[in-house]
Amino acid sequence: MVRTTLAAGLAALAVSLASSVAFAQTEIAWWHSMGGELGERLEQIAADFNASQSDYVVVPSYRGEYEESLVNTIAAFRAGEQPHIVQVYEVGTGTMMAAKGAVYPVYQLMADHGSNFDPSDYLPVVTGYYTDTEGNMLSMPFNSSTPILYYNKDVFEAAGLDPETPPTTWEEVESFSQQIIDSGAAQCGFVMAYTGTWLGTENLSALHNVPYGTLENGFGGLSSELTFNHEIAVRLWEKLKEWQDAGIYSYGGPAGGADNAPKFYSGECAIYMNSSASRAGVLANADGFEVGFGMLPVFGDVEGAPQNSIIGGATLWVLNGHEDAEYEGVAEFLTYLSSAEVQAAWHQATGYLPVTTAAYELSQEQGYYEANPGSDIAIRQINLNPPTENSKGVRFGNMPQIRTVVDEELQAVLSGDKTAQEALDSAVERGNQILREFEAANAQ
Amino acid sequence: MVENRPLLTILTHLTLVLGVALVIFPVYVAIIAMTHTQQTLGFTTPLWPGDQLIPNLINVLTRPSPGRPPFWVMLWNSTWMAVIIMAGKIVISIISAYAIVYFKFPFRLVAFWIIFITLMLPVEVRIIPTFEVVASLGLLNSYAGLTIPLIASATATFLFRQFFMTVPDELMEAARVDGAGPIKFFIDVLLPLSRTNIAALCVILFIYGWVQYLWPVLVTTREEYFTLMMGVQQMAATAETDPMWNLIMSATVLALLPPVLVVIFMQRLFVKGLIETEK
Amino acid sequence: METKRTTFPNKALPYAFIAPQLLITLVFFIWPAAQAIKASFERQDPFGLSTSFVGFAHYTRLLQDPLYLASISRTIVFAAAVTVISMGLGLLFAMAVSRLIRGANAYSTLLVWPYAVAPVVAGVLWWFMFNTSTGALSYVLRVFGVAWNHNLNGTHAMILIILAAAWKQISYNFLFFLAGLQSVPQSLTEAAAIDGAGPFKRFLTIMLPLLSPTTFFLFIINVNYTMFDTFGIIAGTTHGGPNQATNTLVYKVYADGFIGLNLGSSSAQSVLLMLFVILLTIVQFRYVERRVQY
Repeated sequence: MVRTTLAAGLAALAVSLASSVAFAQTEIAWWHSMGGELGERLEQIAADFNASQSDYVVVPSYRGEYEESLVNTIAAFRAGEQPHIVQVYEVGTGTMMAAKGAVYPVYQLMADHGSNFDPSDYLPVVTGYYTDTEGNMLSMPFNSSTPILYYNKDVFEAAGLDPETPPTTWEEVESFSQQIIDSGAAQCGFVMAYTGTWLGTENLSALHNVPYGTLENGFGGLSSELTFNHEIAVRLWEKLKEWQDAGIYSYGGPAGGADNAPKFYSGECAIYMNSSASRAGVLANADGFEVGFGMLPVFGDVEGAPQNSIIGGATLWVLNGHEDAEYEGVAEFLTYLSSAEVQAAWHQATGYLPVTTAAYELSQEQGYYEANPGSDIAIRQINLNPPTENSKGVRFGNMPQIRTVVDEELQAVLSGDKTAQEALDSAVERGNQILREFEAANAQ
Repeated sequence: MVENRPLLTILTHLTLVLGVALVIFPVYVAIIAMTHTQQTLGFTTPLWPGDQLIPNLINVLTRPSPGRPPFWVMLWNSTWMAVIIMAGKIVISIISAYAIVYFKFPFRLVAFWIIFITLMLPVEVRIIPTFEVVASLGLLNSYAGLTIPLIASATATFLFRQFFMTVPDELMEAARVDGAGPIKFFIDVLLPLSRTNIAALCVILFIYGWVQYLWPVLVTTREEYFTLMMGVQQMAATAETDPMWNLIMSATVLALLPPVLVVIFMQRLFVKGLIETEK
Repeated sequence: METKRTTFPNKALPYAFIAPQLLITLVFFIWPAAQAIKASFERQDPFGLSTSFVGFAHYTRLLQDPLYLASISRTIVFAAAVTVISMGLGLLFAMAVSRLIRGANAYSTLLVWPYAVAPVVAGVLWWFMFNTSTGALSYVLRVFGVAWNHNLNGTHAMILIILAAAWKQISYNFLFFLAGLQSVPQSLTEAAAIDGAGPFKRFLTIMLPLLSPTTFFLFIINVNYTMFDTFGIIAGTTHGGPNQATNTLVYKVYADGFIGLNLGSSSAQSVLLMLFVILLTIVQFRYVERRVQY
């Protein structure tokens, strides 16, 4: 009796040991901030990778929104519990880049672990944002977006405008909106996400080829200063105040502006400027009207505009502190992630940009853009021209705080407390203080 | 109550109906939102029910959710977390308060202030060092890590202190005359008297543990420990797309039910206390 | 601080009773808090890779910053408004419910719901009600001629967060006031009634004084709540805006620490906040506790 039990026990032990040896896979922790449906697609990518090979298991883990996830990552790093891969939003780039001891740059990872990795496979504006001054890619682009313009075709038609022609200049935005309001087709002309920041100063500067800050928009070093209080920004911010008073523009709140989407979906406002990644949501929620797509407007009298837009979204950073064997898996996964098939599928499902030329071409071959009009506006907009030093992107430390300041100053303008020039000057001044603080904290 | 004043009673009911209606209105909005589609919620705040209740509920409860465990697992985790925090806090607080009020010992005041000061440093600033402590103790991804750091707070201790101060000294003296020691006094006299306060604390502390979000996110990386609030947030937070309001509201309302059950359960103790408490 | 006249003579027992809470407090609060205080004297990058001692630099910068100082007065206004509203309404509802025999359970159960709504979601609900385009309540306000816009109007934004923060606390206060009221012995109120005292007189002369320990407790806890636990509500609705209008001290700590990742400055702000509240609490204990009848 005892012997059979013992034998059974030993057999069970042997089996479990054997299985654990057989299934011992290296786990790779991937922390991300994709909730909702996006998260489900992300999980699918990981699951597909795991199924395609048996050495590594990528374990995604949702860590809250970008801000919380970054705090989580920092806390984990300080406690020695950091993941292998973390998704960080674009405005966290400055912080991640400055954390030289914590970050394992992607180009280095790929070189060390023998993957044939060629930065030129990636779309220039995308890589530009995340490369250092020597052209080395520090993080892996994953979900990059750029802002575009959505509009309500039905309202355009009702107002007597051509529903296939979106406005391309701010002057047209104004006149179209006025016509729409006068005809009663809608109550307001346009709403704009990230009015003060991503669209209203960062992309504004890039599209008009004026610098947002010194030292190549901050790419050149931590001692850069902000210069976005240029006359184009002043002009737009003054116009925004005018338009708001006239009912052409409606402010929807700071950052993404939670009040913007409902106004567009209900048909109250005819035009909606937001990330290309909002595409799926816009199409799903537009209440019974047809949606048109266009590029961000520029001031028609500025030479060379539109130059090209810059990206937003997030990238994947690899963190130090893990075993070589694990980094092999990370390299393999990142290679998988940027394969044309995976990127094309991700791009098509989400509205994020295809980060590689191959993915873009694959989507073209698949006829995706013909079947889905307007889905290539974003790519065309970032590829309008080869990026200049004013339109590669922006890179400043503590960018989230700087954006908060800019949002505040815009609110002051829209509520009539300050003029556009005063507000922009103040934003630059306060922003520079923040930059100096960052510089001091990261002095190496 | 004491005498029969119908007018006052009517006024009381009126006040309550009005007051409750106002207070419950946001919750009403959530319940209504639970019965509509995401599209509807995208451009309006409906005030009358729609017809999507069952589809939304089914969606939320059975939706395949890669990246988070099934609804039931999160419910289980949240419940345990809340119960442990509730029970843990009450137990350690009531004996601490007893010690502070009914004994004179060196450093008593110091001990009280050390405990009390936990109310005064905001959590966001000590969350990273607390995380480091918890990680170094190996408590990540465990119920212990989820609950113990949250037990250290002074609210319950302070409440019990207040209550014990109101207990007449005669009771204690009578017990001593009877030969009862401090432990017997505590169990036979103080605990029963504290019933209503304990009931109120049970409700408050259960809910406190139930709605925690920031700490569980930090401390759990393995799916099997995720809590309900983390699940709700994961549905809600989407960087550049629109949240699934209908599902979020459904999950939120579902998440309201266990606390409500706790309240109803505690009501019995409230009422019992009312009848039996005659000091 | 007041103490009991008679106490038990045991010497070792109290230490045993107080040990568990002290231990947990020391390990999971005092130690991390000490780290945070230490961080307030340092300037470090978020990952903790380069740290330098800067003495009082953060503190002096804060106290010279007009925005920070404005934040202090704003916070006081916020704290006072939320405390008064939530305690007042909590007491009103508790009094009403304790008078009733029928329906008490139903009302109590309903009144606790706001507290059970996670802060994560509470902000969303208030947005649903007040957002400038589709919110039910902002629509009603527009009908009355009020152009509600908390995105641009600082006063509107402040009202919004006061309402949202007070709303959550009403349940809390209600629950404890009710528990307190139900501890008042019926014999006392009956005796007073027999003596001819009407319900309001009974309330003022018997119940309110007997309720004072609970009131004092709630007063301290409520002020604490407004000072420390409200950043979630603000983060979910107004994000400290528009243009700093709802940027209270605790939200600044959250914004600078969590979003700005400036751990040194946010630690310094927390220390200042903590000192401020400790001072306030000492004042409350010294001057207000006198009027409490135990």
